[in-house]
Amino acid sequence: MAQVHFSAGLRELTGGLARVEIQASNVRRLIAALDDMFPGIGERLSEASSVAIDGEILTDAEFEPVPDDAEVHFLDILQGG
Amino acid sequence: MARTHITTVINGDEVDFLAEDSTSLLNALRDEVGLTGVKEGCGTGDCGSCSILLDERVTCSCLVFAPEASGASILTVEGLADAGELHPLQQCFLEGAALQCGICTPGFLIAAKALLDKNPDPTETEIRYALAGNLCRCTGYDKIIRAVQEAAMQMREQ
Amino acid sequence: MALTEENPGYKWVGTRPIRPDGLDKVTGKAQFGADLTLPGMLFGKVVRSPHAHARILSIDTTTAASMLGVKAVITGSDFPDLAANGAHASDIDVANNAIARDKVLYEGHVVAAVAATTRELAEAAAKAVEVSYEVLPHVLTVDEAMADNAPLLHENMITKGVEPAPDQPSNVASRIVHERGDLEQGFGEADVVIEREFTTKPVHQGYIEPHAAVADANNDGRANIWCSSQGHFAMRAYTATVLGVSQGTLKVTAAEIGGGFGGKTVIYLEPLAVRLSQRAGRPVKLVMDRDEVFRATGPTSGTRIKVKMGISNGGELTAAEVWMAFEAGAYAGSPVGAAGMTVIAAYDIPHFLVEGYDVVCNKPRVAAYRAPGAPMAAFAVESVLDELARSIDMDPIEVRLANAVVEGTQASYGPKFPRIGFVETLEAIKEHPNYTAELGPNQGRGVAAGFWFNAGMNSSATVHINENGTATVVTGSPDIGGSRQSMALMAAEELGIPYESIKPVVADTETVGFNDVTGGSRVTLATGAAVVDACRLVIEDLRARAAKTWDVEIDQVEWVDGQAQHVDGSQPPLSLSALAGKSGRTGGPISANASLNARGVGAAFSAQLCDVEVDPETGVTRVVRYLTAQDAGRAISPDYVEGQMQGGVVQGIGWGLNEEYIHDENGGMENPSFLDYRMPVASDLPMIECSIVEVPNPAHPYGVRGVGEVGIVPPMAALANAIKDATGVRLTDLPMTPIKVLEALNEQSD
Repeated sequence: MAQVHFSAGLRELTGGLARVEIQASNVRRLIAALDDMFPGIGERLSEASSVAIDGEILTDAEFEPVPDDAEVHFLDILQGG
Repeated sequence: MARTHITTVINGDEVDFLAEDSTSLLNALRDEVGLTGVKEGCGTGDCGSCSILLDERVTCSCLVFAPEASGASILTVEGLADAGELHPLQQCFLEGAALQCGICTPGFLIAAKALLDKNPDPTETEIRYALAGNLCRCTGYDKIIRAVQEAAMQMREQ
Repeated sequence: MALTEENPGYKWVGTRPIRPDGLDKVTGKAQFGADLTLPGMLFGKVVRSPHAHARILSIDTTTAASMLGVKAVITGSDFPDLAANGAHASDIDVANNAIARDKVLYEGHVVAAVAATTRELAEAAAKAVEVSYEVLPHVLTVDEAMADNAPLLHENMITKGVEPAPDQPSNVASRIVHERGDLEQGFGEADVVIEREFTTKPVHQGYIEPHAAVADANNDGRANIWCSSQGHFAMRAYTATVLGVSQGTLKVTAAEIGGGFGGKTVIYLEPLAVRLSQRAGRPVKLVMDRDEVFRATGPTSGTRIKVKMGISNGGELTAAEVWMAFEAGAYAGSPVGAAGMTVIAAYDIPHFLVEGYDVVCNKPRVAAYRAPGAPMAAFAVESVLDELARSIDMDPIEVRLANAVVEGTQASYGPKFPRIGFVETLEAIKEHPNYTAELGPNQGRGVAAGFWFNAGMNSSATVHINENGTATVVTGSPDIGGSRQSMALMAAEELGIPYESIKPVVADTETVGFNDVTGGSRVTLATGAAVVDACRLVIEDLRARAAKTWDVEIDQVEWVDGQAQHVDGSQPPLSLSALAGKSGRTGGPISANASLNARGVGAAFSAQLCDVEVDPETGVTRVVRYLTAQDAGRAISPDYVEGQMQGGVVQGIGWGLNEEYIHDENGGMENPSFLDYRMPVASDLPMIECSIVEVPNPAHPYGVRGVGEVGIVPPMAALANAIKDATGVRLTDLPMTPIKVLEALNEQSD
């Protein structure tokens, strides 16, 4: 089971829950599963996020596999200069 | 708007061109003569990227009206190398990584040449003050100063 | 150079040869955006709003259009209305910023543009465009924009990130928040709590080259654009959006770029130049003058930041509370998000609350500026950290070492850190002789640190082997800092051929695969990874051809030092040039392409040490000594890594001591020139000592960490801390000009 952590900004959509354990084979499926749990969160996660999986930050990571026991964080897309 | 016929010596060659009286020498060099090594960074004489030697004096070409250059001798960055052999300043800038984007480089080379022509053994402070009229946003000046020091040393040894 | 981990005997990576594009740049041959001339080319000129906030009542272009030499005049009505087409909000903002429709939102906002046969005629025509405005009240700062009953820039702006959503519009576009633990508990555990409020002003990236574009449109809808930018694929995409056309109709060539620092990752002139060229049927050159660059292109945000932090007597940070408001300029999108993620990211703090607001105001839309958001945040936190260290009599480097994030620490923004080099950068400054150099009268020393994520994103590269065994490496990342050299060094290392036999090229949008912008400190990592991958594909191919030539299996062939070698030496080696010369016989030309979304991004840390001398009579702060230590992972090109470090530091020095936008009460910029917007010059500075720390990024083939940005994060706080050390005064408002220093000194002596 992957551990998904929600930043304070996302906790508004999870009823205050900071962390959830969930099984999914890739990020897209993970987001879909989270949307089942917390309706509406799917759009927010797909649109505005990078994903950190076990510490590695990835953008456009929809099809990235989510290993068992992975630690997953959703981050805002950032701009460099 | 009648254009004035202007004759100059540029990088050792007699060159003539047309320009309106209110056209800057910078724009005349770029648009009429085709020498785009001089750059407009500000148009108000504050950044030095349009620097030329005008009768051996380092000058912002954006502050000169084209007709004022009539009869004058001009050196631009295109005239620094001698038949393909780089001036020591150019070589030292390359070896010392004294440029990043390179937009300010022609102006610095001209200003540094003007300095070394007058003062072949400048201190670090003298170099910094001589180049204070040239803005660089990329390098923080460190490698530029070192390149000028190195070029000065090589030129003294020649 | 402080080497933290041994260089594994690279032949080319880590050396200091001459960069491949250098010769053109020291001889004046390099072609920057404004240097191109095309036959029949017209000169463009933009008409800009003189008002900070106004409704456009009418625009009359008839006089201008009839003037001598004028071939085209355009206004907002010459561009599609994206809002009506249901476009994304961010695209609508880009389009409206490119040229105003019903409202102007800042002084300098584009209202119209003309093209004429000479510069002078274009300028005259621009002046003849008649615009009538209904001037509206304006807001210039976060304080003004957030005040009750503040005039609104956007009538439907409802703050995102607030639960429940507000029922009234405001100038606050969004709110971000990061939280951990229990603040009350955290502050309760502190022995010392310090609270300070900081203000910073907008500062410009200050690139010496103004924006420039040449567009040559055909009447079949296609156009060629030549422009100075940090990313020609991004310019193509934005320009296509604003024009309402398919990207495929635009070809964009990246000119050499005279500085960007983030400010050239967005469009300004390109869609205007294309539309003018289409209307005129001739190429159009559009170049900004310096006044326009200041008035109308993105600076970075002015801010208000409040920081409260607690520390134990033993030096452990127990809690941090941060409140930030960032000016976005005319449209949403300040870097407050990144500020929120970086503000305390360098330290392991168990209890924190970070809150940030993105606030619009009647100033040019902000654009990215080198580690956007992080420098302001670090100015605040690193100043308070300095105060906390003083309060418990702890050395400033020790207090940072005591709380530094390391591998495995949970970052304030969520994930655990992989292998990082923050501690090593702190130790590098601690061990440097500058740290114990003697200070004279009126002199002081300050320490500060900084963090930046760095980006990965998309890059493509193609490697072609020439018939004589030399190589061309083609990428699409505009070279703003010497990256072509790094590409050639990595390719030389991979292929095993000399650096001099490799020609790195930045190709146009039709000739190379997609590349995201040059920014985010990503090119050496991401475009480098694409180059490495393409080289490895070429090597696979070369091994196969050698195998064919020797009539053996491919696993009998190794690639060593630029040649195919048989594993048991039973064949004489085949050099790259030998295989290339006969490539037609073994399968055809040798070439490979790699396109990727880069992985394994490594974060960057910087620790800096600054000595200043403050003149008690004039308040002038002179930087006497400066040391910067930065973890580059592996410095592919040490010369240009140092260049990035030094450049970032000096921009930070300007930001800290002199640079600011000054506005009059009408919202007009009062100092839009290099004379009055005072950037550092050579006589302001000492040499900038560099210590390149190398804690290789385990996720990259060469251990690379991006280096371009993090250097600008610490300097303002390092200066503030040094000024405090020299004078006893704590300055919390940037820039720390002589007047402010004197005022603070006078207050102190009262």
